[in-house]
Amino acid sequence: MVEEEGFRRYIAHIILWIGIAIVAFPVYLAFVASTQDNAVIANGQMSLLPGGHFFKTYYQTIFVGTSGSTREPVGHMMLNSLVMALLIAVGKIAISIISAYAIVYFRFPFRMSIFWLIFITLMLPVEVRIYPTYKIVADLHMLDSYAGLSLPLIASATATLLFRQFFMTVPDELLEASRIDGAGPFRFFWDTLLPLSRTNMAALFVILFILGWNQYLWPLLITTRDDMQTIQIGIRKMITTTDALTEWPIVMATAVLAMLPPVVVVVAMQKLFVRGLVETEK
Amino acid sequence: MQKQAIFQSKLLPYALVAPQLAIVLIFFYWPALQAVIQSFLLQDAFGLSTSFVWFDNYLELFRERAYFEAILRTFFFSFAIAVSSLSFALLLAVMADKPLRGSMLYRTLLIWPYAVAPPVVGVLWIFMLHPSLGVLSRYLRALGIDWNPLLDGDQAAALIILAAAWKQISYNFLFFLAGLQSIPRSVIEAAAIDGARPMRRFWTVIFPLLSPTIFFLLVVNIVYAFFDTFGIIDTMTRGGPGKSTETLVYKVYTDGLLGGNLGSSAAQSVILMIMVIVLTGIQFRFVERKVTY
Repeated sequence: MVEEEGFRRYIAHIILWIGIAIVAFPVYLAFVASTQDNAVIANGQMSLLPGGHFFKTYYQTIFVGTSGSTREPVGHMMLNSLVMALLIAVGKIAISIISAYAIVYFRFPFRMSIFWLIFITLMLPVEVRIYPTYKIVADLHMLDSYAGLSLPLIASATATLLFRQFFMTVPDELLEASRIDGAGPFRFFWDTLLPLSRTNMAALFVILFILGWNQYLWPLLITTRDDMQTIQIGIRKMITTTDALTEWPIVMATAVLAMLPPVVVVVAMQKLFVRGLVETEK
Repeated sequence: MQKQAIFQSKLLPYALVAPQLAIVLIFFYWPALQAVIQSFLLQDAFGLSTSFVWFDNYLELFRERAYFEAILRTFFFSFAIAVSSLSFALLLAVMADKPLRGSMLYRTLLIWPYAVAPPVVGVLWIFMLHPSLGVLSRYLRALGIDWNPLLDGDQAAALIILAAAWKQISYNFLFFLAGLQSIPRSVIEAAAIDGARPMRRFWTVIFPLLSPTIFFLLVVNIVYAFFDTFGIIDTMTRGGPGKSTETLVYKVYTDGLLGGNLGSSAAQSVILMIMVIVLTGIQFRFVERKVTY
């Protein structure tokens, strides 16, 4: 065993705490700002300790919104974000798991071509086809709708790949056994394969939920109505860096609310999160 | 590799792949194809007629000084973000890899920023370093720095790089920690028995064994800097002041938004597509190599 001398250990603790401070400080500052008075912040006289406006600011943010730039309650934006994130996460998992099932458990013409067609979408992120995709969604009358927010993002090469790899490791005997029990493709999928995939699905869900909640460029393009905007878009409309009229406590409360769901997911489901992250990057 | 036990059905497999195939064709391939076609066409000012112009849009683009600068800027940002974030994350991971009390707590406290969305990162950092009300700006000014990222292009660029690197620390940390933990203890012990001091052990044993992880993270960080910085830039500087924080992706977005030149915008998209293909290609080659290790 390589022993670490005492003072080296102290240094390690100190460096780690400095790292944590650097990582946490901007977020701490946002929280502190959300509990203070706008006039004090705008003067550049902000205190580094929480103020007394916590309930007032968060009430106004969630139920009323800013009085200037966007009058949309942030509670409603969060609902939009939640619907979009769930549609994206569940949709990606659902269509990927059935595609992988077809590709692994059936032989049919163009099987591998279809697999490659799905796989190559990895190289076509939305950023490289912004406006043509926008045009198609507009032609399909899906602007300002949940379908428009989620459908174009629902294909997933990584999820399909992951399920394919997992299915390959499932022993053939399981299929033979359930066939003897008289199970067809649906029964086998539902009663055997799905329960086995539960951990994989959960890990994937954690990553995809965060991914969906944090979508930015796509909702920015296709939402124009205030009542369809997600929290990430709302926060952008609230902030006008050059303008003295920005209502900073509300902006910061919105930032805190925008971070809260995904951060809670990461911390509460850390094991699944780490597993999902490592597996989707393979 | 193929399964031996399979189901027999002619139509069912097609029905199962149909939803994903439809989405892929409608929302991925069709628009990508449109971009490629569009990039070879020139539309007149009224949008009434289009003509096929071969590579004129591309040549036009490369003659444009702003585009050339955007390419250099994007590469510089990627390099700066990757190097600063990777080195800081590696330092933290090496520390957290030691047998310390509370190492799980440290991991939890360091990985959560992964979940913060880029636009929120932009908002947090511009607030912290806002010229008139930023808490840290006071100290910068006390140090005699004329701090105003809303007017000074270099300062704006520095701010984008810092904010983007900050967000990526947690991701890099997690993968470095996993990489460090997969190095067999016996190798490190052998080096220790040979009399190598900790610093020497790190540079001659641990660092070379970590090189696959470093290379993988380098590619991931470059892709991140290319694409995911969009949200940070959009909430923080909107590409300004001037064009000093305009990356390639941000340029495609603003050029298209102004709605002017469809052909040029499409050509920019196609060039980005080629860059992604190259980067992903490198990533996969590496994955293959990792398997044979």
